[in-house]
Amino acid sequence: MSMGMSKPQYQLTLAGENALMLYFDQRIDPAISALVQQACELIRAELAADLIDVLPSYASVLVMFNPLRTDHFRVQAQLKHSMTQLQNSDSRSGKQVELPVYYSEESGPDLALIAQTKNISIDEVIQRHQAVSYRVYAIGFAPGFAYLGEVDPILQMPRLATPRAKVPRGAVAIADRQTAVYPAQSPGGWNLIGLCPTRMFNPEQTPAMPVSVGDEVRFVAIDKAEFLRLGGELQGAGL
Amino acid sequence: MSGFEVIAAGVLSLLQDNGRFGQNALGLTTGGAMDAPSARWANRLLGNDNNATLIECSVGGLQLRANSSSYIAVTGAELPLSINGNSAELWAVHKVQPGDVIELGMVNQGLRAYLAVAGGFAVTPQFGSVSTVLREGIGGLKGNKLQTGDFLAAQPVNQLPRLSLPLAYRPQFNRVLTLRLVEGYQADSFPSTERQRFYLNSYKVTPQADRMGYKLAGTAIRSQQSQLLSEGICYGAVQIPPDGQPIVLLNDRQTLGGYPKIGSVLSLDCALLAQAVAGTELYFTPISPEQAHNALCLAKVRTDAITSQLVSL
Repeated sequence: MSMGMSKPQYQLTLAGENALMLYFDQRIDPAISALVQQACELIRAELAADLIDVLPSYASVLVMFNPLRTDHFRVQAQLKHSMTQLQNSDSRSGKQVELPVYYSEESGPDLALIAQTKNISIDEVIQRHQAVSYRVYAIGFAPGFAYLGEVDPILQMPRLATPRAKVPRGAVAIADRQTAVYPAQSPGGWNLIGLCPTRMFNPEQTPAMPVSVGDEVRFVAIDKAEFLRLGGELQGAGL
Repeated sequence: MSGFEVIAAGVLSLLQDNGRFGQNALGLTTGGAMDAPSARWANRLLGNDNNATLIECSVGGLQLRANSSSYIAVTGAELPLSINGNSAELWAVHKVQPGDVIELGMVNQGLRAYLAVAGGFAVTPQFGSVSTVLREGIGGLKGNKLQTGDFLAAQPVNQLPRLSLPLAYRPQFNRVLTLRLVEGYQADSFPSTERQRFYLNSYKVTPQADRMGYKLAGTAIRSQQSQLLSEGICYGAVQIPPDGQPIVLLNDRQTLGGYPKIGSVLSLDCALLAQAVAGTELYFTPISPEQAHNALCLAKVRTDAITSQLVSL
């Protein structure tokens, strides 16, 4: 990765009456994600109280402002000014988070399917999932749902043809090159490989999430006893 | 404790305020009153804070019993309102006494009515807002819609001017809508012929319309871009999925999405759309961001001017 030589490129586009989109190179890449993270911090500092919300994703930032306090002209000028401070830098600036996972056929009903499809053992699926440090690229779909990338190409699996009506809270899942932990019970079409006892979204706690965009996540295998000791539940997981 | 008891919750009654802001990065949506101008009128008539907690009653059927002296106002959709069986005017402040029963009938114009009480309902906010988002289980009373037997705390109030909004200033629902749209996002990926078709032809509201978004049916339009990295979705964004039928994304929208968007509907018009029932005909018309900004500022000036002229009954 180039270090600070070329200025990062971006594109500023209208989104709505009080919203602008900041686009970086449209690809899933840790360096792009690091720019997104930096841009969010600069925008929060520059727009301060004129801001309604800032929403980062893989390679873009949605900026929403209060139209009764400011306007498009002023916000565009402020954004352009903020972006002059943007630097290509070390992409690993977020915090490191370890998430324990109880991988098993009991807790991960699609493990066997992945192993069979890829012609590898279940143990190898589990090993390969743990071998990578994942980046939090985006949070969305549901409160606390963190999109982590990228999964070992060998483990890449399409979404299920028919989504499950009920995926339990804590389900660790794979879809294409991404992996995630379901923060709450919901319908879902990702391939389930285990259960994580850590709450990904807890409205009663501050912060409500153990991770934010830009953080690095590693999964660490635990056994059933440890999973239960950490407060994990198999009964009611409905698998 | 002073307040109101829910005798009947009606079809869908939710505690709301202006919405939950600054929490999109956690994946939390905005929520808030779907017809914000009507909701704000209910609070204004009562002299409440602009963000005071009120009830959004969709379709109707809500019944409350007061257990202390207070004042109420109901705005938004047109429906029969009665207090102890006596018909009461909408868009107006009414006094209620302990034991009084407030009853909202079924809507006959529009979809969502707003019931506010003097001082607002006292509800503990979550992530800075009381707005109930059922999909997330956040806000309201334990993330739920109102249910029979719920108790809504409110301060007793014994003196308040009986203001009402003159008929001429009340919004008209159940008509053909023209939704003003600021082009943006992937607008350039829609060829000009597709954009012309989008603005020249009418669309109809389908039954797939809820607090997340309104799916429309009409002339299909196509983007030249099909694959998109998921990105932030703002209020009023018009998403065009592969079937070419637009979806206007509203208060409870998912925060991220990967379908192309042609732009976003002006918030003032989103509020009218939120009152539209299935079958309502509508057109889109493009406006510049400057026109949008003017419209918002003028709406604020107009509301303030009307408020200063209100007289007590």
